[in-house]
Amino acid sequence: MSRIEATLSQLRRQGRKALIPYITAGDPQPGETVRIMQTLVAAGADIIELGVPFSDPMADGPVIQLACERALRHHVSLRNVLEMVREFRQQDTQTPIVLMGYLNPVEALGYETFAEMAADAGVDGVLTVDLPPEEADTLVPLLKARNLDVIFLLAPTTTDDRIRRISQHCSGYVYYVSLKGVTGSAQLDATEVAQKVAHIHEITALPVGVGFGIRDARSAGMIGRVSDGVIVGSVLVDTIARYQDKPEALHLALSDILRPMREALDELAS
Amino acid sequence: MSVKLTEEMLKALPDDRGHFGNYGGRFVSETLFDSLLQLEREYERLKNAPEFTERFDRDLADYVGRPSPLYFAERLTRETGGAQIWLKREDLNHTGAHKVNNTIGQALLAHFLGKPRVIAETGAGQHGVATATVAARLGLKCKVFMGSEDIKRQSLNVYRMKLLGAEVQSVDSGTKTLKDAMNEAMRDWVTNVDDTFYIIGTVAGPHPYPMLVRDFQSVIGRETRRQSLEKVGRLPDAIVACVGGGSNAMGIFYPFLGDEAVELYGVEAGGLGLATGQHAAPLSAGRPGVLHGNRTYLMEDDDGQISATHSISAGLDYPGVGPEHAWLKDIGRANYVSVTDDEALDAFRRLTLVEGIMPALESSHAVAYGVKLAGEMDKDQMVVINVSGRGDKDIHTIAERDGITI
Ligand SMILES: Cc1ncc(COP(=O)(O)O)c(C=O)c1O
Repeated sequence: MSRIEATLSQLRRQGRKALIPYITAGDPQPGETVRIMQTLVAAGADIIELGVPFSDPMADGPVIQLACERALRHHVSLRNVLEMVREFRQQDTQTPIVLMGYLNPVEALGYETFAEMAADAGVDGVLTVDLPPEEADTLVPLLKARNLDVIFLLAPTTTDDRIRRISQHCSGYVYYVSLKGVTGSAQLDATEVAQKVAHIHEITALPVGVGFGIRDARSAGMIGRVSDGVIVGSVLVDTIARYQDKPEALHLALSDILRPMREALDELAS
Repeated sequence: MSVKLTEEMLKALPDDRGHFGNYGGRFVSETLFDSLLQLEREYERLKNAPEFTERFDRDLADYVGRPSPLYFAERLTRETGGAQIWLKREDLNHTGAHKVNNTIGQALLAHFLGKPRVIAETGAGQHGVATATVAARLGLKCKVFMGSEDIKRQSLNVYRMKLLGAEVQSVDSGTKTLKDAMNEAMRDWVTNVDDTFYIIGTVAGPHPYPMLVRDFQSVIGRETRRQSLEKVGRLPDAIVACVGGGSNAMGIFYPFLGDEAVELYGVEAGGLGLATGQHAAPLSAGRPGVLHGNRTYLMEDDDGQISATHSISAGLDYPGVGPEHAWLKDIGRANYVSVTDDEALDAFRRLTLVEGIMPALESSHAVAYGVKLAGEMDKDQMVVINVSGRGDKDIHTIAERDGITI
């Protein structure tokens, strides 16, 4: 069983929901990332999605675009991100890490090299935003052979046929994009999400994490009620931007966002 | 080193997942996937249906003014002293470039798909103008994304788009040029996918765009073929076109792919010279990767980050290129070469003075290479240069070089 599956099935047994924060690696400084990850864990994160900076983040709104730009100012590469994961793993062997990003840096490194290095560094899952299963014939087996989970997106526009097909290629969890839009959009419709996630649950046994539009304890609670986990990105990344020159305050501010979400999710369990 | 491409080979490409060999495909986030499938289904249904083709052909004739002439540049030929130089006059199309061939086709698709809103990315502004034009005509809402750098150098076209009723959205992210405009258009599309049709301006992007843009632009090559036979009695020995994303080149190349005796030359923007790294020539100096929904040659650094590009012409200032060109390069069917900013500027002046035709700076790259090539060929040979657009939009850039403010 992969670290992601183990984490999610334990949560399920406890009747709890996963809290999955996203940050962009190397933002605001390469040297901060591991400490930020530790802060996220201390504040209640179950899994961390670690963004690999890319020059052309087409699926991201302004907040994460700027995070990529900050990281790239320090020339943070996919190799550097894998080094960060390795460093994090020296302290934390429990928390699963999912690399989230775009395909081109992986293409540049080479699929086989990437799969090898990611597994070796202690990565648990890979989510490539612009790689649908139709184009993933080569990469997926290389990742799976090294026991890495491959996570795919489902969207409001995904048809039942595709939900079925994508779930067959997917492992760990599926990431349901809660709205039509880029990261950081705000118009989350909880009723619609509830219906769609219930529908996805009828089609696949995989846990469903929901992301896009979750910004506070209230939205986390609403979405946690109907899914297996919530993914929180832009609100954290925006906080990192605002506190980029105040590292100590940054860690407190991140905790202050995550803790209430953790509490809201855990209230659902009781 | 031409390769014989049979009819069957050509018909089979792209394959049903949009691949041209290793290139192309559909690398997009999940939200857009179903729209791309829908577009592909609708296009396959319509492309040979009279309700579509008759309207498309009529619009090309009566609205665009096709066929565009194939013009014998007699004086340029004489002065060059080599092969006959013929110019395919896409500059004479309504709106001033080849771009409108494609926007007519895609706007019709938008109409059949029932989408009331269209968006587009633009570099030089020609595709933006062509999109705003067809949107005005069909009563579609139109928003055009343009890098803030390009807005500065193509201000005339920005104003044209506004006059045509389009909203022009300045894009300030990344390198502030065409690639970033395309990123932003994709973001808009993902957000408004229900009511919006994305009119991509070149043979790039996810499948089926490279295929359908090629098909719409192929009218250039079909006419060139017929006109060569009628006027000269044979096919050209060489065809030369500039390559930004590659749509005017693909359009004129495509109907000749099976004619192995016809040499094809795609001219990329050499900027300040390939050795300087300041250029926009992915086929000449890049390597394969994935951007904007397809696998193709890209300009990127060792980490897979897309590089900033440079070209004097905004329409060529793009780090990628259509996937079919990537394939044609690898199989050796087309030759890809580059021309610097200065060479393109010289060609602009030469064609203006010698033939009284002011080409767009994009097209000037093709003119520069085509004239050089003709000079090395025999007098009984024939070169066709695709003059993809007219140069009015570039007058400011030229004047600035001359130290003149207009
Ligand atoms: C006149 C002209 N030619 C060529 C291009 C380059 O595009 P493509 O390579 O798709 O023909 C442009 C793009 O804006 C253009 O305006």
